[in-house]
Amino acid sequence: MSTIDTLTTPDEELDDRAQVDIGDYQFGFHDPTDKYAFTSRRGLDREMVAQISEMKGEPGWMRDFRLKSLEIFEQKPMPNWGGDMSGIDFQNIFYYVKASDRQGKTWDEVPEDIRRTYDRLGIPEAEKKYLSGVKAQYESEVIYGSLQEDLAKQGVLFTDTDSALKEHPEIFREHFGTIIPPSDNKFAALNSAVWSGGSFIYVPPGVNIDFPLQAYFRINTENMGQFERTLIIVDEGANVHYVEGCTAPTYSSDSLHSAVVEIVVKRKGRCRYTTIQNWSNNVYNLVTKRAMAYGDSLMEWVDGNLGSKLTMKYPAIYLMEPGARGETLSIAFAGDGQHQDAGAKMVHCAPNTSSRVISKSISKDGGRAGYRGLVKVENGATNCKSNVVCDALILDSKSRSDTYPYIEIDEDDVAIEHEASVSKIAEEQLLYLMSRGMTETEASSMIVTGFIEPLVKELPMEYAVELNRLIELQMEGSVG
Amino acid sequence: MSQPAVLKIENLHVSVGDTPILKGVNLEIRQGEIHALMGPNGSGKSTLAYTLIGHPKYEVTEGSITVDGVELNELDPCERARMGMFLAFQYPVTIPGVKVADFLRHAISNIRNPERKEGEELMPMRDFRKELRDTMNELNIDAEFARRYLNDGFSGGEKKRMEILQLAMLKPRFAILDETDSGLDSDAVRVVSEGLQKLSGPHMGVLIITHHERLLEYNIPHYTHVMLAGRIVETGDAALAHELHANGYAGVRERHPQEAAEEQETQEVTTP
Repeated sequence: MSTIDTLTTPDEELDDRAQVDIGDYQFGFHDPTDKYAFTSRRGLDREMVAQISEMKGEPGWMRDFRLKSLEIFEQKPMPNWGGDMSGIDFQNIFYYVKASDRQGKTWDEVPEDIRRTYDRLGIPEAEKKYLSGVKAQYESEVIYGSLQEDLAKQGVLFTDTDSALKEHPEIFREHFGTIIPPSDNKFAALNSAVWSGGSFIYVPPGVNIDFPLQAYFRINTENMGQFERTLIIVDEGANVHYVEGCTAPTYSSDSLHSAVVEIVVKRKGRCRYTTIQNWSNNVYNLVTKRAMAYGDSLMEWVDGNLGSKLTMKYPAIYLMEPGARGETLSIAFAGDGQHQDAGAKMVHCAPNTSSRVISKSISKDGGRAGYRGLVKVENGATNCKSNVVCDALILDSKSRSDTYPYIEIDEDDVAIEHEASVSKIAEEQLLYLMSRGMTETEASSMIVTGFIEPLVKELPMEYAVELNRLIELQMEGSVG
Repeated sequence: MSQPAVLKIENLHVSVGDTPILKGVNLEIRQGEIHALMGPNGSGKSTLAYTLIGHPKYEVTEGSITVDGVELNELDPCERARMGMFLAFQYPVTIPGVKVADFLRHAISNIRNPERKEGEELMPMRDFRKELRDTMNELNIDAEFARRYLNDGFSGGEKKRMEILQLAMLKPRFAILDETDSGLDSDAVRVVSEGLQKLSGPHMGVLIITHHERLLEYNIPHYTHVMLAGRIVETGDAALAHELHANGYAGVRERHPQEAAEEQETQEVTTP
């Protein structure tokens, strides 16, 4: 691997601790936890992993898989790259917390505290307006699930991953852990050991789901570890758009979110996976996401990272057969005490495959946002095309941006393009907008919104509006 | 209209860094008046324009700028805009990704409702669209303009028309046009000149900074001022503008040897 270029602003030491400022973060409230069905003790060991498996009533193979994964986790060293993970205390985390005994099919069946939280997040309302189905995960378990009836009739499966293991064991076992094996990295191993919840989706051949399926992840407990596991299988010629959102309360000590997302897109299938990650600034967000795209299929990641203390996430697409296309649109916004180490991986395993990455990162108030990406072309994957564009916008001299584009090519007949730019908000731009009656905040916010516009305009309107609104919230009170 | 508002500039001294540029400018503009400001390059015309709207690079070291008695010196550009100050920039900047219509809707919401805070309601979409469409029609600006990104990929002429469109939408009490006619072909100059002609009237005081005659043919100044070495050295009527266009500034320098000498010095200092 080689670093092509590294672009940084004058480097300042980052604060270790996130500044807890509930005023800037809208979703920092939390619910009482005294009525919970089950809360594990803190810490991680074989007994804890076995207990999770037993409580879930899992088959023996899954129990063994978990225990094996725990061993791998314990053997693997912490990554020595990316962000500062020294604040994670694995023995201080709650690995399994069950807020409710059962999953609701209507919101009325969801415990009142939790239902109110989702009301505040606007999920039931969005569900009525523009979603085909919803899964709401609260702590470790999915507490609400819905899917439009006509989709169910066409054979679409949309359940939580625990139920999928019980109800659809064959298709589950065929794919689970095959795209991201536990040995992939330390956090994939951790997730494999203690996973709970997440979405399972199967879209049968030729079925086209018009409106998105949405999952909403909420952490409520302090020092919680959320380890959802998502598996999406898009069969031949089928089409799905899956959206995930995430928030958490603002606490003075940290929580950990470490998900694994595995996706298979079969021939001529199409999958778009949109994330609007808005964790509070005390959450470590260390996620492994990977898709396998087969002949003439299209896989798209739309990855918006606004929250968290540290995010390390590089959604990957393996282009397995000719004609497969991969696209990643990545937005990272780092404010005070935040480090977004986001990016993309594109692996061209077959001829005539193409990939595109557009990354926009914004840093302000001492935040650090960057792009870390890999484009890899394997020997024999002729006539591949890849285009990577990373733009960074730095709002003040305290903040930092990094670009680490790795390129590995074992084939001559390829077309690879990489462009990177770093810009600062020009004084002249601020003056121009302010001279038209905008406040400094409004002017900065408008410039930032414009900066990400080429990416946002590719989103469905509801999500574009949501993303712009979150960015405006991030910008409030910060003067560029 | 009751009493016309007055923009009053008194003994204004302005520096950029340690370099004094304006050295005691006095000027009074009432709503409804058109003033032309002329003078050789480097005499301080653009400095005056930027200072009036509060460019942070230009530091007022002495003197005052008031609108109806309210001191502007401590106000930021946003607050001045909301009081009715407007500058048509000589070099309008590009704001990538921001649509002209969105930009204008924010601007107009702030100017019409000076108490507005960020995040508060914008002018209703329907009213805004109608007004924008009507204004663009009046100025013969293609409707497609509204959907483009602000000044992004605009030609010189398009940028200047964009400034005139903003002027039309924001209806300031005092408009300063900084060489709005420079660098344009004659068709574009005509469009901009006609545009300003349509917009000016009893509600607007206009300060036109120009080297050319065309803009002033359409917008005959009530007063013409000549700036030299950071001071207004002569004031006359439209005839003075004619004379300067015809004969240049040699006569002005002869009549004001002290300023001419200062101009010479400044050029020696700034030219390595």
